[in-house]
Amino acid sequence: MLLNQFLLLSAVLFAIGVYGVLARRNGVLVLMSIELILNAVNLNLVAFGAFRETVGGEVFALFVIAVAAAEVGVGLAMVLLLYRNRRSIDLTQIDQLRG
Amino acid sequence: MTELFTIAASTDGGGLALGITEGGNWFLRNVWLIPLLPALSFVGILFFGKRMPRGGSELGVASLGIAFLLAVVTGAAWVDHRDDYHGEEVYRAVVVHDAHADAHADDHGGGHGHPSLAVHRTATWFQTNGVEFTVGTLVDGPAVMMLLVVTLVSLLVHVYSTDYVHGDRRYTHFFAFLSLFSASMLLLVVSENTLQLLCAWELVGVCSFVLIGHWWEEKPNSDAALKAFLTNRVGDMGLLVGVTVLFFAVGSALPDRFGSFSIAETNALASSGALSHTTLLIASCCLMAAVMSKSGQFFLHTWLPDAMAGPTPVSALIHAATMVVAGVFMIARMYGVFFEGFQIDGSSINLMAFIGGLTTIVGACLAFVQRDIKKVLAYSTISQLGYMVMALGVGAWTAAMFHLFTHAFFKACLFLGSGSVSHAVHSFDMKSDMGGLRKHMPHTYRTFMIGTVALAGLPPLAGFWSKDEILVGTGGWGLLGGTGGNGAYTLMLGMGMLTAALTAAYMTRCVYLTFFGEFRGHGQPHESGPRITVPLWILAGLAVVAGFMNLPKGFQMAPGSFQERFGHFVEPVAGYFPAISHGTPSWSLAVVSTLVVVGGIAAAGWYYFVKVEAASKTAGTSLTELPDGPTTKYPLARMGHTLLANKYYLDHLYNGVVVDGTKGPVARFAYRINQQVIDRTVDLVGETAVKAGVTVYEKVDQLVVDGAVNASGSASSATGEELRKINSGKVQSYAAILFAAATVLAGVLIVIV
Repeated sequence: MLLNQFLLLSAVLFAIGVYGVLARRNGVLVLMSIELILNAVNLNLVAFGAFRETVGGEVFALFVIAVAAAEVGVGLAMVLLLYRNRRSIDLTQIDQLRG
Repeated sequence: MTELFTIAASTDGGGLALGITEGGNWFLRNVWLIPLLPALSFVGILFFGKRMPRGGSELGVASLGIAFLLAVVTGAAWVDHRDDYHGEEVYRAVVVHDAHADAHADDHGGGHGHPSLAVHRTATWFQTNGVEFTVGTLVDGPAVMMLLVVTLVSLLVHVYSTDYVHGDRRYTHFFAFLSLFSASMLLLVVSENTLQLLCAWELVGVCSFVLIGHWWEEKPNSDAALKAFLTNRVGDMGLLVGVTVLFFAVGSALPDRFGSFSIAETNALASSGALSHTTLLIASCCLMAAVMSKSGQFFLHTWLPDAMAGPTPVSALIHAATMVVAGVFMIARMYGVFFEGFQIDGSSINLMAFIGGLTTIVGACLAFVQRDIKKVLAYSTISQLGYMVMALGVGAWTAAMFHLFTHAFFKACLFLGSGSVSHAVHSFDMKSDMGGLRKHMPHTYRTFMIGTVALAGLPPLAGFWSKDEILVGTGGWGLLGGTGGNGAYTLMLGMGMLTAALTAAYMTRCVYLTFFGEFRGHGQPHESGPRITVPLWILAGLAVVAGFMNLPKGFQMAPGSFQERFGHFVEPVAGYFPAISHGTPSWSLAVVSTLVVVGGIAAAGWYYFVKVEAASKTAGTSLTELPDGPTTKYPLARMGHTLLANKYYLDHLYNGVVVDGTKGPVARFAYRINQQVIDRTVDLVGETAVKAGVTVYEKVDQLVVDGAVNASGSASSATGEELRKINSGKVQSYAAILFAAATVLAGVLIVIV
């Protein structure tokens, strides 16, 4: 089994996710980018688990998926509230904690 | 020249025999119980006395009673021990400088037969730098004798005081210090080393200060207490120096020790010739200063008559029977040192004998001009203490101890008698408030007469025997036998004879003024209660019989087994005691001294009982002196009287010349020092401090401290100003920093690992 392809794919997904988090202004898209990062990590876990022939990787991936679901739930709720209050989900405008 | 070698310690004759033993009867080994009892009583009275039904006096009486019983048992144990103990003697290795001293050490103590080993017991007191200081007891003849005397007189004084100071505002306090005084004196008596002796000595001094100043609300009393204390300080300095000198001197003679306070070692070394004569002379002179202040020797005696300001039982206890004899006892204890230091053997005069002899005459003369009955007795005490010191000075050790023993009884009797009189007439003034008391106070009169006759030294009362022995001890009676003392102290014999006459005369005067003629005071005097008269009778009884304890050797009227019992049991025959020779008693000396006494009584009796009595009859009132007596008729007699009335101007000398002479210049000097040195220094220090403060404020505080604080403040402010730009509030910029940092850290991780 070749590990490289999975790792490369995972790295590409991670990089796309990071770009999304940093560059996109839409809150929902930022959340989706976070999902991408998490899934890139999941892919790494599963790939290494298969490579090492243990179930540890899949188990951790399952945990991450569960936590990611919860996180998205919270994140989407926050975005929804933001929209209700400000009629916008542009993250660059939310800077009340500026020092 | 002198070869230095060490004799190894062993028990078969090698080393220096100290004349002490670690064994012995239980009572002799545990004699520390005797001082402990009154000490406990002191603490008990102090804390619980006020709550007791009799104000703590019962505790004092009980503790002294038990202590007296213990002392009696100890005395019995000593009598047994003296003759029948054959235990192991303690030897000490010493550094010997030449063979001569070695031989001297070996022959010492040999001629007296079986040595009377003193019972020695020590415990470690404290240790510093490997030098061990001990406390302990050294029980021998004089210690046992003193234990008996002190406990007995103290017990009687305690009983007497329960009546005498009854209702006093500091009744409890009085008994507490009476107990402490007894405890310190008992501690002094059994002290094993000079350091312990010094502590007890100071304790005795403090107690005397407290008790003399018992009624301190009146200025003369507190002045008297201060005078006693300060005069004693003068001598205590000598004691301190003497003890220190001996400590190092003994240390230089012991190979394994740095120094030693041990009395037995000091005396044994002094007697063996291992210590240099110069050292011993210096030490003796220093110790002599202590004796002069404590035992009221001329010219430091001035505190003793003033000390009569204290309550009379205190005078009896402290200034007749016990405290003032501490000095005499100290000489007796350190006799090895004095014997060698003053070279008592084979000379005809020395400092101690001369001071003693002078004191007897000086004190006796002063007793003639006193109005105060207690002061007569006080000067008489000075005179008798001089007798004891003189006896020690001429080498009549046993006679001195014996005189101490008998004097304790008859002088305590006289003091308590004078207290009884003053209790009745509320005054001490013989001339204005007494007279004719023999009818009103029969018990006091009889006991006082017995005490007087004993003090005057008429046979067969106690004073005769001890005084006679002292006169014998001078060894100066070459004409009619009575020779063989330690030297030819003819001058001392003369002084002793003169004092015997003077003593008889002034006591006759005192008795006449107090008990004969007509009552000159106010009110109706009455006899004191049993708690006063019973102790008086006990002491009077002892004053009669105490003399029989040391009948002279070769006395034809008594069997040999009754002769010299006191000397046999009290005088140590041991390594730590010098080999003194004893004078041979003679009938002629006894007869002459008795005639001298009778002459003194006759002269004073003729003046008072015949002339003054007759003059009183003609005048119709009770006179105390002739209106045209010798002091009015002869200028020389008047001058003498003035001199005596002013106490030889010694107080003027001390207060006017010594005290004022030092006080003025010292005060001026101190003022100048104060103004010019201390004040200037203080000013200078102050100004410098201000300058330094300004400098510190400007340079250090403002620049360094404030600068540092301000700089740190502005630095953090500037940093914050910069850092707040990062804190944009934008989530994505945070995330960017996060990722950038993570990347950098990951890169670092890769590079390092």
